[in-house]
Amino acid sequence: MRKIHLHPCGNFRERYDLELTVFSTDFGRLWAGIGLMILFAFVPLLASPYMMYVFNMIGIAAIAAIGLNILIGFTGQISLGHGAFFGVGAYAGAIFATALHMPMFVSIPAAGLVTAGIGMIFGIPSGRLKGLYLTIATLAGQFIIEYVLIHWESLTKGTMGITLPPARLLGLPIAGDIGFYYIIFIALAGMVWIAINLMRTRYGRAFIAIRDNDRAAEGMGIPIFPYKLLSFGISSFYAGFAGALWAFYMGSITAEPFNLGLSVEYIAMVIIGGLGSISGSIFGAVFITLLNETLRFATELLMNTGIVSQSGLNVAPLREFVFGLAIVLFILLEPRGLAEVWRIIRSGFRLWPFSY
Amino acid sequence: MDFFMQLLVGGLTVGFLYGLSAMGFVMIFKSSSVLNFAHGELLAIGAYFFLALTAWANLPIPIVFIIALGGCFVLGLLVERIFLRPLIGEPLIFVIMLTVGLAAMFKGLILLIWGGNLYTYPDFLPKILEIRWGMIRIPPVYGATLIIGTLFLTLFGLFFKFSSQGIYMRSVADNQRAALSLGVNVKRVFALSWAIAALVAGMSGMVLGIINGVNVHNLSAIGLKVFPVVILGGLDSIGGAIIGGIIIGLLETFTGGYLSPSLRDVVPYIVLVLILLIKPYGLFGLKEIERV
Repeated sequence: MRKIHLHPCGNFRERYDLELTVFSTDFGRLWAGIGLMILFAFVPLLASPYMMYVFNMIGIAAIAAIGLNILIGFTGQISLGHGAFFGVGAYAGAIFATALHMPMFVSIPAAGLVTAGIGMIFGIPSGRLKGLYLTIATLAGQFIIEYVLIHWESLTKGTMGITLPPARLLGLPIAGDIGFYYIIFIALAGMVWIAINLMRTRYGRAFIAIRDNDRAAEGMGIPIFPYKLLSFGISSFYAGFAGALWAFYMGSITAEPFNLGLSVEYIAMVIIGGLGSISGSIFGAVFITLLNETLRFATELLMNTGIVSQSGLNVAPLREFVFGLAIVLFILLEPRGLAEVWRIIRSGFRLWPFSY
Repeated sequence: MDFFMQLLVGGLTVGFLYGLSAMGFVMIFKSSSVLNFAHGELLAIGAYFFLALTAWANLPIPIVFIIALGGCFVLGLLVERIFLRPLIGEPLIFVIMLTVGLAAMFKGLILLIWGGNLYTYPDFLPKILEIRWGMIRIPPVYGATLIIGTLFLTLFGLFFKFSSQGIYMRSVADNQRAALSLGVNVKRVFALSWAIAALVAGMSGMVLGIINGVNVHNLSAIGLKVFPVVILGGLDSIGGAIIGGIIIGLLETFTGGYLSPSLRDVVPYIVLVLILLIKPYGLFGLKEIERV
């Protein structure tokens, strides 16, 4: 049996592959195992249907946010079109399921691949543009995709939307929120695993090199444009996968939710969670989804108790204001996001009587 | 032919308004290279200041105009001091996201106070400004817009060309570090450019409010339409913003008139992608030479 690593009292890494390990101690491995067990064995037993819905939304948002973090946090290409790519995935999944009668476990990855292709098309400007010019190009992509989703009526049925057949897996119907919970979180665990390991390969290192200094990366022999396109493709695959999951979960889709607001929400998740951190994307997804649900709950409470009487319309503005405030406060006070807060808390425990 | 002339005049006026709205945006970008996603909300704030002062305080129009512009100026100063200054030297995405967050905050705040209804200003413009030319009748608002717009354009042209603050602003835009080492107070330049930009945005918002009525959703949509305009004109050229605005406005109305009304709103963004691919620095923008 190999030696168990608990907490080393210094940095004893001698080779580069020790730096690259996913878990630096076996303690972390243990906690990851416990976490997965709680997630899959206990949460579905204890949570109410509403809580399951919230969990599912978090899972879907986390998949899309990880994708966006690969693009923004690791490759340094800011995209304002992620919400539209999510929508492309949702529509692709719905069309595969209704028009081509594909089973769910085929149509979701297929939707991811279609979205990856479209994401790479909108990534082409990154060959010539960078920084804010690229951001504006992806903003244009957002509006163009939105327009196509609404107006290509023979394919997307326009404002009518598409109703999906009930989700079935290997012939068995998926029973409500709990069935989807398992599908979504198994998918999320797989996607996290892929993303973490991707960043340890030469592709991931090339992405990080491009983020840190694209000219230096080019000088070191990294072909920038193919890698940027690859990053757009992978990121859009994640968005499309999450979108297709969402479409099956919701049962019917219209083009309305996939607007610029959704793209901003995903960027907010990535920033609030922490740029360039996979766990951060999950934190961000949890934070934003819970913020949305809390605000909805709070406004309903205020309206029911009659504190704000005339405010039939005032629900959305408050949400928008708090949402903007959260983004601004995180950028000003903790730009490295919740992942950094989590790291500080953890090291606080480890260093305990002498933590700072 | 009448239809064509109507579209032409409509396109020119819409375009001129776009150009006017884009001026403030260009001003911020020129001096601090911040891409301001909250521009539409700054327009809206100007328009609502004006609305609040005319409708509820019942002051005479010229005084209201000046007070509202002053309010926008102060707001610009505050925004820069509280939100933007801590981010000097931070990566681009934080600055962009900060303005996105500000946009959401301002929009939410305006909706909380005024709601999403459409408001109109009382009619106050003199009838002399109305232009009649054959079948075409141009309402007085457009005449007033043209006058105000040209006035501001010349004023800012002179300001950038001759005043010391304007020259400082240009020097900071050109090379921040060199300007610092030559003794330019860069912080003051940033603050001033945000203040002036908010003032110009507020002015454009008031004009837009006079023409289309005041509604925060419409105004913030115009804030996003500024992007195609400034990319076409060149991100750092004020004259380019006006010309880009006119081109985009004409394009929009002609597509709306001859092709399909639904295509109208997406055409500017298609143009935007094409320009970015062919000529990323726009018609009049300064070319940054950097090979990747």
